[in-house]
Amino acid sequence: MRVVTLSINGQHLSGRNDESVLQVARAHNIDIPTLCQLDGLSTWGGCRLCLVHVEGNNKLVPACVTNVFEGMVVQTESERLARYRRMIIEMLFSEGNHICSVCVSNGNCELQDAAQSQGIDHISLPYLYPERTVDASHDRFTFDPNRCVLCTRCVRVCDEVEGAHTWDVAGRGIKAHLITDLNQPWGESSSCTSCGKCVQVCPTGALFEKGKGAGEMVKKNEFLVYLEEMRQKRS
Amino acid sequence: MNSAAPSLPSSSQNVVAAPSDDKRWRIVGATMRRYGFAPSALIETLHTVQNSFGYLDTQSLRFVARSLKVPLSKAYGVATFYGIFRLKPHGEHTCVICTGTACHIKGAAKLLATIDRCANIRDAETTKDNKLSLVTARCFGACGIAPAAIVDGQVIGNLSPETMEELVRRCLKS
Amino acid sequence: MQTPQHLDAKNGRIVNLDDLKTIAEQEALLKSQLKHRIFVCMGTACQSCQSADVLDSLTREVSTRGGQAECLVTPGGCQGNCAEAPLVVVEPGGQLYRGVAPGDAASVIDSLKTGPVKRLLCDTTAPFFTEQTRLVTEYRGLVNPERIEDYIAVGGYIGLLTAVTELTPDEVIQQVTRSGLRGRGGAGYPTGLKWSTVAKAVSEQKYVICNADEGDPGAFMNRSVLEDYPFRVLEGMAIAGYALGATQGYVYVRAEYPLAVKRIEKAIAGAQRHGLLGNNIANTQFSFHVEVRLGAGAFVCGEETALISSIEGGRGLPCPRPPYPAESGLWGHPTLINNVETYTNIAPIIRNGGDWFAKIGTEKSKGTKTFALSGRVKNTGLVEVPLGTTLRKIIFDIGGGVPEGHKFKAVQTGGPAGGCIPAEHLDAPIDYESLQSLGSFMGSGGMIVMDDTSCMVDVAKFFMDFCATESCGKCIPCRVGTVHMRDILNKITTGEASLEDLAQLEELCDMVKYTSLCGLGQGAPNPVLSTLRYFKDEYMAHIIDHLCPAGVCAGKGQDIRRPACVL
Repeated sequence: MRVVTLSINGQHLSGRNDESVLQVARAHNIDIPTLCQLDGLSTWGGCRLCLVHVEGNNKLVPACVTNVFEGMVVQTESERLARYRRMIIEMLFSEGNHICSVCVSNGNCELQDAAQSQGIDHISLPYLYPERTVDASHDRFTFDPNRCVLCTRCVRVCDEVEGAHTWDVAGRGIKAHLITDLNQPWGESSSCTSCGKCVQVCPTGALFEKGKGAGEMVKKNEFLVYLEEMRQKRS
Repeated sequence: MNSAAPSLPSSSQNVVAAPSDDKRWRIVGATMRRYGFAPSALIETLHTVQNSFGYLDTQSLRFVARSLKVPLSKAYGVATFYGIFRLKPHGEHTCVICTGTACHIKGAAKLLATIDRCANIRDAETTKDNKLSLVTARCFGACGIAPAAIVDGQVIGNLSPETMEELVRRCLKS
Repeated sequence: MQTPQHLDAKNGRIVNLDDLKTIAEQEALLKSQLKHRIFVCMGTACQSCQSADVLDSLTREVSTRGGQAECLVTPGGCQGNCAEAPLVVVEPGGQLYRGVAPGDAASVIDSLKTGPVKRLLCDTTAPFFTEQTRLVTEYRGLVNPERIEDYIAVGGYIGLLTAVTELTPDEVIQQVTRSGLRGRGGAGYPTGLKWSTVAKAVSEQKYVICNADEGDPGAFMNRSVLEDYPFRVLEGMAIAGYALGATQGYVYVRAEYPLAVKRIEKAIAGAQRHGLLGNNIANTQFSFHVEVRLGAGAFVCGEETALISSIEGGRGLPCPRPPYPAESGLWGHPTLINNVETYTNIAPIIRNGGDWFAKIGTEKSKGTKTFALSGRVKNTGLVEVPLGTTLRKIIFDIGGGVPEGHKFKAVQTGGPAGGCIPAEHLDAPIDYESLQSLGSFMGSGGMIVMDDTSCMVDVAKFFMDFCATESCGKCIPCRVGTVHMRDILNKITTGEASLEDLAQLEELCDMVKYTSLCGLGQGAPNPVLSTLRYFKDEYMAHIIDHLCPAGVCAGKGQDIRRPACVL
């Protein structure tokens, strides 16, 4: 491990060469939008919101999985990136059935935040209106796939932190969807420990605690980094 | 087995009991043993299950997942990711129509229309009398004789709608 | 066949070049005792035309006449002109018979005395045969793919045993680098460079993977090569294993290719039996094992990181690179992934030297390339030409042009990530760079010819539909973007699209191309972009005039819009 110097948006910074562009940027209060990334979980690289320009590389690179190097020149904002980020968010809105006003996470939703920060008030893509059924079979939690953005945070937290691997993704492409166990109702899952970690890491209102009304579900995911640190200390 | 793939030790005490005394489970067991019950043998094992039983049902997925120590949701995720695996049985006869580029250019759509007309089924459907299942595939490499189909395992090339109709009628009758 | 005496003593193990020579001599002797050899193609196309029955009836005919001692009837490999299946070759003489039926057996056997059967004879002096350069498809299928001795008789395994007994791993890599060979899977990354990266990586375990997940619709070169030359693929992999310090190889092959799977499995067993795979190859410290892994119908698994996920037994999802598999691949170990055809070129490179290979092809694209020629072209089948050959030569000389008086419109190369090249670029040489500059892609070698009966918007829609169904769903641009693009293309072909839709399509193309995680998404817009570049008039005809010039989306001159509802 080595300390390297780099520049992000013209600002000269230093970081460790085992840190990602995203980590270094955040450490210096430079905001890069993300959706699938969450501290304490493995990286995924699927949402593509954190794409940035790196000088000398003609491809855009995801900040969450790209490590910094000496002399790296990063640009996290551009007209082009803004356009792409807007389109990604529009795609998510068109793909599911997101109705903020009735959503438990209204006001506390990472998708909503991302849309607002990119200045999106309407979308130009047609809605796909998929038919998706809500799973309310669990005693304490509900899964509403209409609001799922397939970030797989729930899959990762359940596998990597809880160790149950109750969640996974079935199907592929536009038909990809979350399942518990063998595509059974969540309440009948034999592996679920009802720990609720998946609910807390979900960026939208797709996973929520029963009994919450519109706008009442506030997610707490700080426990992840804490757990990670405590477990590292033990091993 | 020579693979250096990290695998769980294949302790015979840990072998999960087969769902029934159907002899075909032994073939499935043999595949898993060949790979030392490694979780990475999931896809190979699912191939064996499907070749033996014709499809993958909840019972077989659970058995394979438990035997290989793969999470249930992962087994289901894998089974539904790959186009070859099916969770429902096929009819007595199966017709696979190639919809690869060469077959598309040479009229695969007409073959599909013919089957729809004669048997009233579309992609991934089976006739009501369970006689014929229709599946489409993306190119099985028989482009030289496009448009092509596989009827009950037999590759048939240079198909015209007329020949297709005859093949379908034969499947429906027998 | 009889095994030479001194090999018996070593349990049939072949450990040095002399052993190979002995077998080759033995084979030559056997051959000299035969007056005739009849090869019946057992490739997928020929088998679908009952070539197994032809083989049976020829064998029966020979034995009824008591001619087994001097006439051998044997399964053989692909002759290339698959459209005329089933194909039979008679040696010596090299008469190629097409469309042979089981009932023709008697006439074929008669012909050995009386002269060729004219009604079945193929003109092998036609450009289809004379204009090809056969390197990958060496010996033109006149080798029984299921007999290792047949392969050894034509120089097989000289490459591996030379490498292992006479060259250092570095020298092997040097030869591969000198040859200028580039990856035949499509992107054209220099093979020598890839090998040396894996060789340099420090790890106790390394892997060699053969990518035989040929998923491009309209491409079947890898299938054919695996079916006909399984030993050569294994030899190439073993040489790679030696050069890189890897002991384990995997052939990841599509389950949709049952014959190729069977052949490669048989070849692995055969090579193991003769000590050409397994422990202590050539009595050295070098050990190399190969296993087959079956794909299960997911196009994305042709992408190397997705392929690795699949071998590990998971969903075939790609991962962001770096790290590249050369540093961290299968189970986190350095991994070499090359295409079937790349490995096929290795043994001859070691046998003849890198410089020999570098003489073929162009300055930047060396060697030959196989292409699966199909679509609206007279001679469909498998062809092989030096890189740098023009499209015109392949399609019009070798392929015989477009049949039935139709007019050539475009040729699609590179599969779903490729593009359509129009008539004005027919004289472009085929190499990695020039195809890319034309907005297409080498791909693994599918070449689909289209004529005036093909609608280019429909073709673009076909590929977009393919990408949307094959998208793994991991990244948003590909998962959702391909669906929106397909929907717009659908609207265009049904006359419901406006110019705004077209603008949105172009915007989506740009976004999906540059933001997708893997090659599938990044390449998905290419068929649209290339048809927009060369055939915008067809898009306009659909949008403005509601007409499909090729008569695909509706009959010629008919309105493509759905009939208005009368209720």
